[in-house]
Amino acid sequence: MALLRTLCASAVLALAGGAAFYAGTDGLRAYTTESARRIAVREHPVAIPAVALETDSGARLDLGALRGRWLLVDFIYTRCPSYCRALGAELAQLQDRLAGPLARREVALLSISFDAAHDSPAELAAYLRRARSRGAGWVAARPLGGDGLDRLEHAFGITVISDGAGGYVHNAALHLVDPRGRLVSIFDAGDGQRAAQTVLARLER
Amino acid sequence: MIIRGQWHGALAGAGLLAVLLAPPVRHALEASMTAQMLVQIPLLAVAGVLLSRSLPGRLIAAIEPWNRHGLSTLVLAMFASAFWMLPRALDAAATETLVAAAKYASLPLLVGLPLAIAWPRMGFIVKGVFLLECLATLFRLGWLYLASPERLCNSYLLDDQQLLGRCLLVLGTALTLAIAGRLLWGRFDVTSAPCN
Repeated sequence: MALLRTLCASAVLALAGGAAFYAGTDGLRAYTTESARRIAVREHPVAIPAVALETDSGARLDLGALRGRWLLVDFIYTRCPSYCRALGAELAQLQDRLAGPLARREVALLSISFDAAHDSPAELAAYLRRARSRGAGWVAARPLGGDGLDRLEHAFGITVISDGAGGYVHNAALHLVDPRGRLVSIFDAGDGQRAAQTVLARLER
Repeated sequence: MIIRGQWHGALAGAGLLAVLLAPPVRHALEASMTAQMLVQIPLLAVAGVLLSRSLPGRLIAAIEPWNRHGLSTLVLAMFASAFWMLPRALDAAATETLVAAAKYASLPLLVGLPLAIAWPRMGFIVKGVFLLECLATLFRLGWLYLASPERLCNSYLLDDQQLLGRCLLVLGTALTLAIAGRLLWGRFDVTSAPCN
């Protein structure tokens, strides 16, 4: 009798534990925060706040003003010695792949700096030159004042931590924002080709 | 005397929890993945073990028929601990207050405490399987953290993750040697607690 009761209690506990584990992994699909946020935005697009930015040309740009275009967004800091450089090269290639839609202003590329204190317009412009920007349709910008950066990091799901040597480490990726200003898809930093194909396919619809 | 002994457990457990949750200690331990997984999480479970000594005997007696060989409490502890092995659970605990609270409550109450109830009731074979699974988990996670070229937690650095991986492998090796030594030269209590 005690054995049967024990088996019943264990089964109930195992079911509850399994359910918690299943729910906590989006149905055994996501074990890391990175995979979880990709699934989350695909299933429930996230509205991106209309934060005011200052661009590499020194102009003021409201993110809300970019509605109506597809946006490919990455997060950078210009002092980054490694990862952001690869991301920069990826965006420069995207300028080639998406030359037509960029020229027609159907698409824009946007690099947002999370190191707003350091990354002045001049630094952002130098970053674009180093990344060999073709000029067309790629803007680097920093959030202006207040809580703009926090709101962007929260909406995009960006975690920036100190690397212990004066720099930063962050979850680098390419973020696709639809013309309604919603984050709909996230691609690996090295997966610019798939990002471009997705944008072109959506434009044809 | 028994009453005094009971108080000691509750006091020690609560004291350990208070130290672990004190903001400076908490931030220091959570600043690194290695300190969090090798120090903070095990000590949170230890607090639960200490708290279990103050559980009223009547409560233990009441669940006894449902907990033969400590099986139910063992299942509870294993599922609860598995949840906190998810990288995203640690990330969420580092950024969301509610998840952090769930971590501080569940590791003592759903891992340490039930495990302390289960252990003396577990038979030799169940204990052996449990220990083996613990060792396997140490090696599996250690190897995963060491081999993964990517960060598994957004809140922690790759260096830290690889240090943790090495520490887990060292810990697994040390525990294996200790258990092997005890099997060869020590004395294992083969007869488990009598069950009526």
